[in-house]
Amino acid sequence: MASDLDDGHGVSRRKILECMTWAGTGVLWTIAGGMPRSMGIIGEATAAEPSGLTFLQISDSHVGFDKPANPNAIGTLEEAVHKINALPVKPSFIIHTGDITHLSKVSEFDDADRIIAQARLDVHYVPGEHDVLDEDVKLYRNRYGRGTNGAGWYSFDANGVHFVGLVNVVDLKAGGLGNLGNEQLEWLEDDLKSRTSSTPIVVFAHIPLWSVYPAWGWGTEDAARALDYLKRFGSVTVLNGHIHQIMQKVEGNVTFHTALSTAFPQPAPGTAPSPGPMKVADDKLRSVLGVTDVTFRRGQQRLAIIDQPLQR
Amino acid sequence: MTTTVKNIWVAIALAAAVLAAAAAFPAAAVQTADTEVRIDNFAFAPQRTAVKAGTTVTWINEDDTPHTVVSSGKFFKSKALDTEDKFSFTFTTAGTYEYFCSLHPHMTGTIVVEAATGSKATQ
Repeated sequence: MASDLDDGHGVSRRKILECMTWAGTGVLWTIAGGMPRSMGIIGEATAAEPSGLTFLQISDSHVGFDKPANPNAIGTLEEAVHKINALPVKPSFIIHTGDITHLSKVSEFDDADRIIAQARLDVHYVPGEHDVLDEDVKLYRNRYGRGTNGAGWYSFDANGVHFVGLVNVVDLKAGGLGNLGNEQLEWLEDDLKSRTSSTPIVVFAHIPLWSVYPAWGWGTEDAARALDYLKRFGSVTVLNGHIHQIMQKVEGNVTFHTALSTAFPQPAPGTAPSPGPMKVADDKLRSVLGVTDVTFRRGQQRLAIIDQPLQR
Repeated sequence: MTTTVKNIWVAIALAAAVLAAAAAFPAAAVQTADTEVRIDNFAFAPQRTAVKAGTTVTWINEDDTPHTVVSSGKFFKSKALDTEDKFSFTFTTAGTYEYFCSLHPHMTGTIVVEAATGSKATQ
């Protein structure tokens, strides 16, 4: 953990991080002198300076889920896409951090594709554990895995930022957490080798790459090795899903962030008997579902991450 | 020939293991009738079940989240079980079978299968 430093505005870094972790949605974080700083609520902030690269993260759409926590997960995914279409700054592309479907059924993938296509943006996917439930584990790869390696990992570049999509939901070991595996880690080491340390890196994967709450499986067994390969880079942003709530942590040059689901919320660590879908009051549901807007501005170490609930 | 000899040794070893297990877990009574394991709140209940060889164990998913039942030793593997879905496996061979949910691998359980003959010999 980085030490507490004053950001020049009389607020300690730790204080800011605490706010970032639990402030919930609707706050834009941006960079001032290398430190994250709140810019107020979304409405005020997005009008400010639409430069650099902006992309969008959506996660955990769970198409096919119809339990009490949200009987209409398709409907809320559609609302999320409407939200994307209404953004004042059109994102360059979408990253989907997995659990596209609830049960890996062909019809669920079809519905998800049809709805997400309405955003008319390129989508870069990684699978969640709910996307690899079919017997032969081929539906996800046949649909989204073209040109990827192994179970579906890959990298690409946009506006000078290097993006790496990792898979940590296959070949999980009894008693363990998310798992990247040796083959993927060797690939990652090789993929990063030729990049200069000043290249901003965005890593995205379904299960958090930091230990959020191992008792509920919220972490990745061998993430430390991946983070070791990443530590020489000046700006690393790790985007995850899986836990259906916003959490953020900054450690050295690495910012970790988890996104809201578009389908249903899950409880905060340890506040319920299990991490299962959490039922909230009907009129509160849309305040705990949403998408994440990420902006990179050249010369700034950290990406501005804005969580946008479907409804404030 | 050698297989038979080996099996006897395995059976003896397993019987010893079962006795040790029974001593360590006195509350887990050996089930002679077919039995159920419920999957609830991301946990197998009971987490440890002792049965006689020939018993069918049925897992029932009572969560709003799909789970699987996968043997660590690759003896059995369910499909993804949605809410209320069931998976059954009949244990014919004595032994200790560790299993887990391949989606949420922190969920683990154990089935201890006691060989009918093995147990008689020790009574």
